Amino acid sequence: MPELLLELFCEEIPARMQVGGARDLERLMVGALSDRGLMFEGIKAFSGPRRLTLSIVGLPAQQKDVREELKGPKVDAPAAAIEGFLKKTGLAREQLTVQSSPKGDVYIALIERAGRDTATVLAEVIPEIMAKLPWPKSMRWVPGEAVRWVRPLRGIVATFDGELVPLSFAGVESGRTTLGHRFLNQGAIEVRRFEDYEAALKKAHVLIDAEERAAIILADAKTAAFAVGLELIPDEGLLAEVAGLAEWPVVYVGAIEDQFMDVPAEILQTSMRTHQKYFALRDPKTGKMANKFAVVANMIAQDGGKEIVAGNERVLRARLSDAKFFWDEDRKRTLASRVDDLKGIVFHAKLGTQAERVARIERLAGEIAAKIGADVEKAQSAARLAKADLTTGVVGEFPELQGVMGRYYARHDKEDEAVADAIRDHYRPVGPSDAVPTDKVAIAVALADKLDQLISFFSVGEKPTGSGDPFALRRAALGVIRILLQGISIGSSLRLNLREVGVNEEVLSFFGDRLEVALKDQKVRPDLIKAVFALGNEDDFVRLYLRVGELQAFLGTDDGKNLLAGYKRAANILKAEEKKDGTFVGKVDEGLLPEPADKALHAALANAISAIGPALDKEDFAGAMRAMAALRGPVDGFFESVKVNADDTRLRENRLHLLAGLRAALHRVADFSRIEN
Amino acid sequence: MPPKPAKAKTFQDLILTLQNYWAAQGCLILQPYDNEMGAGTFHPATTLRALGPRPWNAAYVQPSRRPTDGRYGENPNRLQHYYQYQVILKPAPANVLDLYLGSIREIGLDPALHDIRFVEDDWESPTLGAAGLGWEVWCDGMEITQFTYFQQVGGIECDPVCAEITYGLERLAMYVQNVEFVYDLAFNDQFRYGEVFHQNEVEFSTYNFERADTEMLFQHFKDAEKQCQALLDDDRKLPLPSYDQCIKASHAFNLLQARGVISVTERAAYIGRVRALAQACCQAWLQSPQGAYTPRFSDKGHG
Repeated sequence: MPELLLELFCEEIPARMQVGGARDLERLMVGALSDRGLMFEGIKAFSGPRRLTLSIVGLPAQQKDVREELKGPKVDAPAAAIEGFLKKTGLAREQLTVQSSPKGDVYIALIERAGRDTATVLAEVIPEIMAKLPWPKSMRWVPGEAVRWVRPLRGIVATFDGELVPLSFAGVESGRTTLGHRFLNQGAIEVRRFEDYEAALKKAHVLIDAEERAAIILADAKTAAFAVGLELIPDEGLLAEVAGLAEWPVVYVGAIEDQFMDVPAEILQTSMRTHQKYFALRDPKTGKMANKFAVVANMIAQDGGKEIVAGNERVLRARLSDAKFFWDEDRKRTLASRVDDLKGIVFHAKLGTQAERVARIERLAGEIAAKIGADVEKAQSAARLAKADLTTGVVGEFPELQGVMGRYYARHDKEDEAVADAIRDHYRPVGPSDAVPTDKVAIAVALADKLDQLISFFSVGEKPTGSGDPFALRRAALGVIRILLQGISIGSSLRLNLREVGVNEEVLSFFGDRLEVALKDQKVRPDLIKAVFALGNEDDFVRLYLRVGELQAFLGTDDGKNLLAGYKRAANILKAEEKKDGTFVGKVDEGLLPEPADKALHAALANAISAIGPALDKEDFAGAMRAMAALRGPVDGFFESVKVNADDTRLRENRLHLLAGLRAALHRVADFSRIEN
Repeated sequence: MPPKPAKAKTFQDLILTLQNYWAAQGCLILQPYDNEMGAGTFHPATTLRALGPRPWNAAYVQPSRRPTDGRYGENPNRLQHYYQYQVILKPAPANVLDLYLGSIREIGLDPALHDIRFVEDDWESPTLGAAGLGWEVWCDGMEITQFTYFQQVGGIECDPVCAEITYGLERLAMYVQNVEFVYDLAFNDQFRYGEVFHQNEVEFSTYNFERADTEMLFQHFKDAEKQCQALLDDDRKLPLPSYDQCIKASHAFNLLQARGVISVTERAAYIGRVRALAQACCQAWLQSPQGAYTPRFSDKGHG
């Protein structure tokens, strides 16, 4: 079956936009083809620095013929309605047929449309798609026209079944020739089908597939590192970026001068990565960063890369001289002396300066440290110094090194090790894959930092909305949860009542939502978190976690399932009856329990309540569940043998009080009305 | 492959090579503008000529003054006064990148030996109300040129769109001459760059950071702003002298920044004031004979 080959060739596309561009092209094409009734067997999209390529196989040569009946207005409808229908269908009145329907006779239009050639449809569809392609940023370049593309479009290859699909976009006519590598190939390349297109471009030093380029870079960089006795430090983000900067990637290895090897590895690596897009290498034996780097060029140089390596080494020397200068300058002042400089840095217009923020964090870190058994003084001094590195030259140049640099400078100042580590680790976890701090001093500062962020921003009304979270409060909340719940599976746990350190109900509710998200991975049911949280915003997340865990286990048992069913039945009855009579509170008249089932439930409830309370107090959640399990039999028996809405009004009320008692007992453990079946 | 040309051995060779190359491509070879400015873009041959329908191809050297970049002659590559080579092609021809690469070959950087790449870098000048899309051009990891397709100048959409090519001459010369300290560049075969400009850097760094009279500069800013507005309101329609005043205001602002007397919040306000002048000048330019000039087919035009 016929295939489509489409290549959109333009000047260098920003690396960060290439993969998205190809994905959007594919998505728009799939939509446009299905709208036009064209099915296909396969579609593949590719992207690179100068081209997006789309290959679709198994297209039909023609659309199917379409035959459809359109129901129109009634024959006695106003003339305007009938006119409208004729206009819509493009038919004359004689061409309509009449059909009887329950509402009377109606006009029917029989429309037959012959399927068009796929090539004709494609010629129409491709420019439409190109006009719709949502580049993150695009430009005009055609005089007098508003047409936009990511950079000037210079060529379109469009063939269907090997034949040219004539079309144009932005003044560029489609053709059957393209260009190879900018420097490693001369002249136009004729193409007809994807297979020869891909092969011809490979010969012309262009790899059209970003994944293939990335795989080659990774393999070659590993080999090149191995050849000099080193190994590559993996960097996924950088790999994706450099794969978008070369049509024919070639890895070269260069050297870093010894004078820079005293500079912290993080600075070297960050400078190389952000400014120069180099990979750092390390010694496989020591794990230490080595004095070599790998650069990905877009060129097989005639001299084997001598000039390229020498040039890159020279540029790096200038870059690292700058970095080293900052590093040397920064150490001329102590971190402690920089704390005062934070008065000059605005944190947020409504929340004052960084200095004010640091004062809040210091106080909070002290309070938290006292509660979790961390060294209060160390936590306070780590908090006081935590943001001081924001005033240093290195962090000014590389903001992502905040914290990391603070630790270096603190160690240089001979601050306590735990304090220095806490300065670095208080930002953690930075993302979902980042580790949480484990040292108690660091934990105190990390919690203080994040809780202050949440409390402060909520207090000035800067809350996350459905669409935006500019101050990363969700991430902060998630960080708090992860820190508090760390190590819970191995029994270690951090106990902190968040209300006692200034967290209000609004922030706690926000945490409730975040807990559901955070614990999803561990298969903790969100409805159970809601059910426990609803009892009054539990502010100790470890206790919450343990309680929800036991509840979830209990609800997985037979007793649990049946008790939940019994609860739902009781709650439904109460709901209906309370509409008429107001709330029942569970005050049972013991002299009015005629059936054994009445008595059994009453006795069981008394037992359960006296067991559940103390169990909860001792945080013996398993015990609380056992106490609830004991209710199952009496509850089942009650519903089997008595009629709640007895004819005797007093008896009815007493039984409703019994059920209200059941509800109240279970609600000691969780709000069962929020539990789903 | 064409034979490898000799490298532009000295700083002045580099300039001459670029001048000859772009002259051969049909560019007007203009001279530096005689006002202090931060970049070649401020030259009326770019700012104003980028607007309006008339085709325009020009190239020139522009001394660029960035008072805050002064380092008293001690930094290997930072200067408060340096040279840009500026090319403006309107409308941007379809082979503009090939033309640019031709200039790189011409100065002796052989793409067969080097790794030349176009890395995303969009440009924006808040003071000129200007923005464009383009790249920084890398040679072996070093930025040697800024390439921009203007989209907007003075808040006005450019149509046709022009291409702006800006070479940082000292940086490029350092690369070609394999020199790590800017003052070591060979200016010609007798003089080093430092012999020509080191004292200049030391003195002007001192002036910019320590001695420039801030009272006077604030007054200069106000005067230039006032004169610019007065000229724009004048019946005689004088966009070029108006724009001169806009450039003067911008430079006074740059010096005040170097003196550290403009706070972060004030900074945005000053930039806004210069931008307002630039926008008004650009609008006035479009009403002027050259600004409004529309070429007719096969009209070479002397007007």
